Amino acid sequence: MRIALFITCLTEQFYPRAAVAIVKVLEHLGHTVEFPAAQTCCGQPMFNNGLHDDARDLARRMIEIFAPAEHVVTPSGSCAAMVREHFLHLWPERSGEHRAALALAAKTSEFVEFLTKVERVDLRAMRVRWPGSVTYHRSCHLRSLGLCDEAETLLDQIEGVRRVPLPRAEQCCGFGGTFAVNYPQISAGMVSDKVSAIRETNAERLVCNEAGCGMNIAGACRRALPEVSLITIGEVIAQGLGLLPREGGSMNADHGGGGS
Amino acid sequence: MSGSRVLTPDLPFDMSPRADVAGRDVKLQQFVNSATQIKDHGRVNACRAAFGDRYDAVRKLAGEIKQHTLDHLDVYLDRFIDNATASGALVHFAADAAQANAIVLGIAREIDAKLCVKSKSMVTEETGLLAALEAIGVKTIETDLGEFILQLDHDAPSHIVTPMIHKDRTAVARAFVRELGAPYTEDPAELTRIARDHMRRQFRSADMGISGANFLVADTGSLVICTNEGNADLVVASPRVHVAVVGIEKVISSLEHLSVFLKLLARSATAQPMTVYNTIITGPRKPDDLDGPQQVHIVLVDNGRTEILREETRELLRCIRCGACLNACPVYRKVGGGHAYGAVYSGPIGAVITPLFKGLENYPDLPQASSLCGACFEACPVYINIPAQLIRLRRLLVERKLMPGTTRVAYRLWAMTLRRPWMYRASAAFQRIVLRQLSTSSEVEDRAGVNDRVSENGRDMVSSAWCAKLPGPLRAWTLSRDMPVPPSGSFREWWANRDRGSDASRRAGRP
Repeated sequence: MRIALFITCLTEQFYPRAAVAIVKVLEHLGHTVEFPAAQTCCGQPMFNNGLHDDARDLARRMIEIFAPAEHVVTPSGSCAAMVREHFLHLWPERSGEHRAALALAAKTSEFVEFLTKVERVDLRAMRVRWPGSVTYHRSCHLRSLGLCDEAETLLDQIEGVRRVPLPRAEQCCGFGGTFAVNYPQISAGMVSDKVSAIRETNAERLVCNEAGCGMNIAGACRRALPEVSLITIGEVIAQGLGLLPREGGSMNADHGGGGS
Repeated sequence: MSGSRVLTPDLPFDMSPRADVAGRDVKLQQFVNSATQIKDHGRVNACRAAFGDRYDAVRKLAGEIKQHTLDHLDVYLDRFIDNATASGALVHFAADAAQANAIVLGIAREIDAKLCVKSKSMVTEETGLLAALEAIGVKTIETDLGEFILQLDHDAPSHIVTPMIHKDRTAVARAFVRELGAPYTEDPAELTRIARDHMRRQFRSADMGISGANFLVADTGSLVICTNEGNADLVVASPRVHVAVVGIEKVISSLEHLSVFLKLLARSATAQPMTVYNTIITGPRKPDDLDGPQQVHIVLVDNGRTEILREETRELLRCIRCGACLNACPVYRKVGGGHAYGAVYSGPIGAVITPLFKGLENYPDLPQASSLCGACFEACPVYINIPAQLIRLRRLLVERKLMPGTTRVAYRLWAMTLRRPWMYRASAAFQRIVLRQLSTSSEVEDRAGVNDRVSENGRDMVSSAWCAKLPGPLRAWTLSRDMPVPPSGSFREWWANRDRGSDASRRAGRP
């Protein structure tokens, strides 16, 4: 399959290795990955804050840029939900733009969703091995995508992963885009609850695939729970397949896997 | 804060001061957190046990039933009024709060009421009926235990279903000593007995009973009242005159539809399979009835509802006031319950209907103080898409120029940048430089030694540097967390190098 990577602005800026990992895993599975260089941001900040004319312009760009793609995969459930759900609200039904938005929605998947619903991978059969203790943060916008425990299922298929369920996993981490800055006290209360829940698990790593949640939770952990660090599921799988070096491993192990 | 001003604050209302005070109140945080989490988990378990994989389908069905009734509200209201009138009830219509109160006060004067017992009714909270009755000298007793305690303590409800979610039993014990002359006890059973003894005396001597209704059944002209304490049954049956004050959106078509809502209401509100007392009242006492009021008045209240009935907000009138969205909402938890919303309806549903009832310009915070996590939508038994309604109100804030000009300009500039890839890349590069400058040298140090030092094409693709303090409006971010500093390696650079690169077999197509 020809897959266009929709990297999202936050992943590109803060977690480029998460995107590298996704590219490597998708290629390992035999897909051709493309990166449309004109992409920027899906416009979610504008949409969520009510600037729908600006959101519409950005959505139109996204739709045009990804029109040639056979399938679109993104590391972010939130941005996938923006494309799949909210783009459709920006134009009247049956308009040309609405139809184009529907077409993009139909071929866009969040990365874990792609692995589990489209590709139906079995990481056991792929002999993915990644020793370590983790807990997983389920980002809220997976709800809009109809996803719940798919990432946990994948993690449990990885040999060596000791996954401790995160208590109160359904409670939002308090990121919410500009909410975190506009209502810092409320957001602080929410992320503090999340850090407490992570502490209860005694896990070494927090697996979180959503860059926004990741910045928020890791930033709070840095102050209150510095022994826990963040990793995305793409990196866990890529490392588990030998496609990316494990932290602390060889600096030159880049081409170690080469499964494709 | 005096009870009456809590829910009718000075306008425009600023949520943050109350939210901040509540956020620092450790005990309040504990009450509200544990109570809402227990209720929310209870709801999930009760609904999953009853509906299994069909939980979402049942919620959608209930939403569709109510939506259908609202789509044809004129028909069903007419049918209800005809059938209720035929049963002997007197039906009144109030366009707003003032009219609703005037009608009830008129009835009270006509029957020369001295003492009124009242069961829980959100619409009378909207109209401020209790204060209006007291003002003309009709003593009015709240008989829902929670509301009774709040009335004694001059406090205001902070939850649609469990109004004293913000109080603990020591506050109740003190109020009972002070107001009822009861001996001090913190034993819940004993406290309930004291309240019960006090209320029984009021029930026996009251001339007027005021209730709300959970549903109006059009086919039969009946009121349906659901309580766990049975207090509404005494409110209805004991005094000579019963007045039900009900919002017009409460109408459903039939008893068959009622069964769907009764199954969802109790499970969504309190995780019970069924509310303890579900009473269907059709008209006043008949000649061979053993009890019941001689007169039944039904006051149908609009008070802004026909405005909400417009197509894009109609779904909000499906709400059956179960409070599930409040229990599921992390913001409601963190702001210490309903008082922070400055209005009768709190939580996610309050955040969307209060601006519609009271003016968006008066409550600009409510639609914005949300992370849009969607927990409310997932909990709603009538499938109201509350996040979409919050976003709709945010759009109106922009359209009506209620968003501060500087904020608006900042978003427009941001959007302008995002429309131009070169500006997007330049601004990202600028951000990286600034963030690297702001991170102190100790923070650039790798805390975990070699951990996270993974390079691709010679550049670090993971950063372990952080900023502890950001300037300007982003200072709000670093009040409670650090900001990661982007790594030196960029994805685009990695992609370009690799695209040119040595490993042709892994070469990907260019867009």
